[in-house]
Amino acid sequence: MVALAGADLELREGEFLTLLGPSGSGKTTLLMIVAGLIQPEGGEVWIDGRLATYAPPFKRDVGMVFQNYALFPHLSVGENIAFPLRMRRVPEATIQQEVRRILEVVRLPDVGSRLPRALSGGQQQRIALARCMVYKPSIILMDEPLGALDKKLRDHMQLEIKQLHAELRITVLYVTHDQEEAMIMSDRICLMREGHIEQIGTPDELYFQPRTRFAAEFLGESNVLVCEVVGVEASRTVVTAAGVRLRAPQDERLRDARRVALMVRPERLAIQEGPTAGPGPEPPHNRLEGCLRQVIRVSGITKYYVGLDSGQTIVASTLTGDAKTVATPGARVGLTWPPDAGILLSEAATTER
Amino acid sequence: MSRAGVAVEEVTGAPRGPSGWWKGWPLLPALAFLLVLFVYPVGQLLWLSVVDRSGAFTGQHFARLFASSLYVDVLLITLKISAWATAFALLGGYPVAYLLATSDARWRSRLTFWVLLPFWTSFLVRAFAWMVLLGRNGALNKLLEATGLTAAPVAVIFNLTGVLIGMTHALMPLGILTMVAVMEHIDANLPKAAATLGARGGQTFWRIYFPLSLPGAAAAGLLVFISAVGFFIIPALLGGRRETMITQIIIEQVQDLMNWAFAGAISLLLLATALAVFYLYDRALGMSTLASGTPALDRRGGGENPVARLSAWVGRQLIAILGWLCDRAAEVTERLVPARPDRRARPWARGVLVTASLLILAFLALPAFFMVPVSFTTGGFIDWPPQGFSLKWYRAYLESPQWRAATVRSVGVGVVSATLAMLIGVPAAFALARREFAGKTGALALLLSPLVIPRMIIAVALFYLYARIGLVGTSLGLVLGHAVLAIPFVVVTVMAVLKNYDERLDQAASSLGANRARTLYHVTLPLIRGGLVAAFLFAFVTSFDELTIALFVTGGLTTTLPKQMWDDALLKVSPTLAAVSTVLIVFVAVTILLAERLRQSAARA
Repeated sequence: MVALAGADLELREGEFLTLLGPSGSGKTTLLMIVAGLIQPEGGEVWIDGRLATYAPPFKRDVGMVFQNYALFPHLSVGENIAFPLRMRRVPEATIQQEVRRILEVVRLPDVGSRLPRALSGGQQQRIALARCMVYKPSIILMDEPLGALDKKLRDHMQLEIKQLHAELRITVLYVTHDQEEAMIMSDRICLMREGHIEQIGTPDELYFQPRTRFAAEFLGESNVLVCEVVGVEASRTVVTAAGVRLRAPQDERLRDARRVALMVRPERLAIQEGPTAGPGPEPPHNRLEGCLRQVIRVSGITKYYVGLDSGQTIVASTLTGDAKTVATPGARVGLTWPPDAGILLSEAATTER
Repeated sequence: MSRAGVAVEEVTGAPRGPSGWWKGWPLLPALAFLLVLFVYPVGQLLWLSVVDRSGAFTGQHFARLFASSLYVDVLLITLKISAWATAFALLGGYPVAYLLATSDARWRSRLTFWVLLPFWTSFLVRAFAWMVLLGRNGALNKLLEATGLTAAPVAVIFNLTGVLIGMTHALMPLGILTMVAVMEHIDANLPKAAATLGARGGQTFWRIYFPLSLPGAAAAGLLVFISAVGFFIIPALLGGRRETMITQIIIEQVQDLMNWAFAGAISLLLLATALAVFYLYDRALGMSTLASGTPALDRRGGGENPVARLSAWVGRQLIAILGWLCDRAAEVTERLVPARPDRRARPWARGVLVTASLLILAFLALPAFFMVPVSFTTGGFIDWPPQGFSLKWYRAYLESPQWRAATVRSVGVGVVSATLAMLIGVPAAFALARREFAGKTGALALLLSPLVIPRMIIAVALFYLYARIGLVGTSLGLVLGHAVLAIPFVVVTVMAVLKNYDERLDQAASSLGANRARTLYHVTLPLIRGGLVAAFLFAFVTSFDELTIALFVTGGLTTTLPKQMWDDALLKVSPTLAAVSTVLIVFVAVTILLAERLRQSAARA
């Protein structure tokens, strides 16, 4: 329903799409252009099959939830929600009925006569959402709507918004810099960087098949090894990193590259104590050795920071089973992973445009 | 090896909770100063109006006040002129304030200069500029005759029109600055949110922005009205006999008739009027809106008061109608000139706003520019257009011992009284901003009351005090009187700076080993230097520009610049005045630019 010529972003009906990126990546600008609050230099915006590039915001039929909610402080909660209906000259009886209905939907049926500032942050958030949903816009835009909430409330509201989206089948364009939030909430994620789109896909696609180093490093934790390409063997690319032979799935895009980056997620790495210790599944698996530097327990996950002989530090993580760790810092350890767990990426830190 | 330990036995009370009054000791000099030179003399003057020579209570002065309709009429005229001037100042000031509050930082500081310039320029200079512009042979009449619009000169001076033009011009900058202070705090996302929710410009403005800006307009209205009630310069120089205002009567009673008791009675009437206005304002909107600058939302809908509730309802309907009208107008325009979604929209509404605001700023700035050429005339009168070019009126100014003495005295008194106000006011501001102690609210109210009490009352009261202790005609008397007026400005300015000061910087300094004095000297004072300089300049200009106290306390060779200008303007309007005024305008402009430069470099640091 919404397209940006040049950036080619298309939003499907009922979809929850997140613009994810670091600050300054242009995600909020893109949102403001869709809302009509910023006039673009060029390109086109289509909403609901109509050209709307320079249409004023009040003609676009979009809804927007601002980071600070932007509830009108001098109007009661009920009047805030009634505002868009009044602007559309809806009959008064219908307005009252709709306000009551939407307050039920956001589970705050009794706050209609209160002023916004009498509500908690989470409640204000829900009212801001209700004010957008009440007039059923073709798309709801959200600009870091949970940024001002503390972590616990944020976790709760993430699920709540997700649930409302599922129940009401609204189309949402969401902006956040928090990759975890994007992973939890989105149908699709549009990863942005320096004003262009880095990669669009489902959370799974972005996590398991990142197409650039930036995507790999921005979403989740990753280990990236810069390698020399040696050749192809049994439909796998063979590379060497600091003299160690490693194998990874082939990638057509990197056919002519001599140097590549090999990315492995920490949870795919298995850690074993001792040099060449244990009857590890030697030939089919990749293996690196190093010295265990640090062990950190983050609730359910234990992270092992291993210094490779090349000087680089990589991290492996396992589920925390019990208080025992595999090894103690200072010990010589080996890290193994199946070749298919690795992903080859362009070596350059910046993307090919 | 170092060790650190924390042993907390008991933390009693909040660290900043209220405690004994002695914590407010830095306030003592300020309080003592104001008690002796403000509370006592004003009380004495008012007391004088209700006792006779033997000390027994008498109602004779008030009986005389209300015996004929003369004084009541003057009061009514004063209120009428003040109300009109306030209305015009707000109507004209609102669009400018709106433009300032919604412009980006660079444009805002550029445009603010053109508000600050008239704000800081003496009322005398501005009244004089209007005399040049509106007089029988003034620029306006010459222009009208030249274009053939009128055959004979139109009377726009020495009548109500002249007074209203002068007072609107005099008061609008205060109104604008007060409104901007509130408008700046309106969340810029709110109009955007309204737009995405389907509101056009008109609805957004009337339903969202306007109600949120109303507390600012109300505060501006209060300050402007209270100032207007105490005016005497503009009505004296631009008005006729029928535009005599109440403070002019007080001057007459004191200067010509030496009737202290009756002057006290009129002062009491003036004070009662001012307090009544404050009371009405408090009942209607709540005084808290003045202090916090945020809307008094709790009173939305008028609460219990049926009158307030009715007026709130009327207000809401009016806002709805205005919004609706704006939208219909926009729809008609759109039908005539259809908007195209593939073309950039022209922000025509903004264009109208900018044009209107620039015209109003021109109204504020222009009078001064008409006066500058007159100061270079070779003629002996302030006719328009000025004849030839000469510096003889500047020479006349510099060679006159009286003008020279007045200038030197004004600068000297300004520097000394500003320094005194800083020495007394800065510690008080620190205590008020950073400490909690019993009686804090009362102390703040006393420190700020010289702003609220009409200046004429303070001036007459000081005159009465000085007359008995021999301070009339002395520089010391002027310095003390001006310090009374300057202290509230210093306290307000420094408190505002301290409010934005991150106290953790001081905590960091003391954790790094600096004691209190060193923290103050090496960290706090350098960081708030810009604010201190601003406070000093504020205090200096207050004194430099002051006429009311100087009117009574000076004379002959002990005169100040404003007093000399006033005497000159009343006797003979010569181009010397234009020369002096031009010098003052340049002085003010340079001071503002300097202060702005200081403020910016302080903000960057």
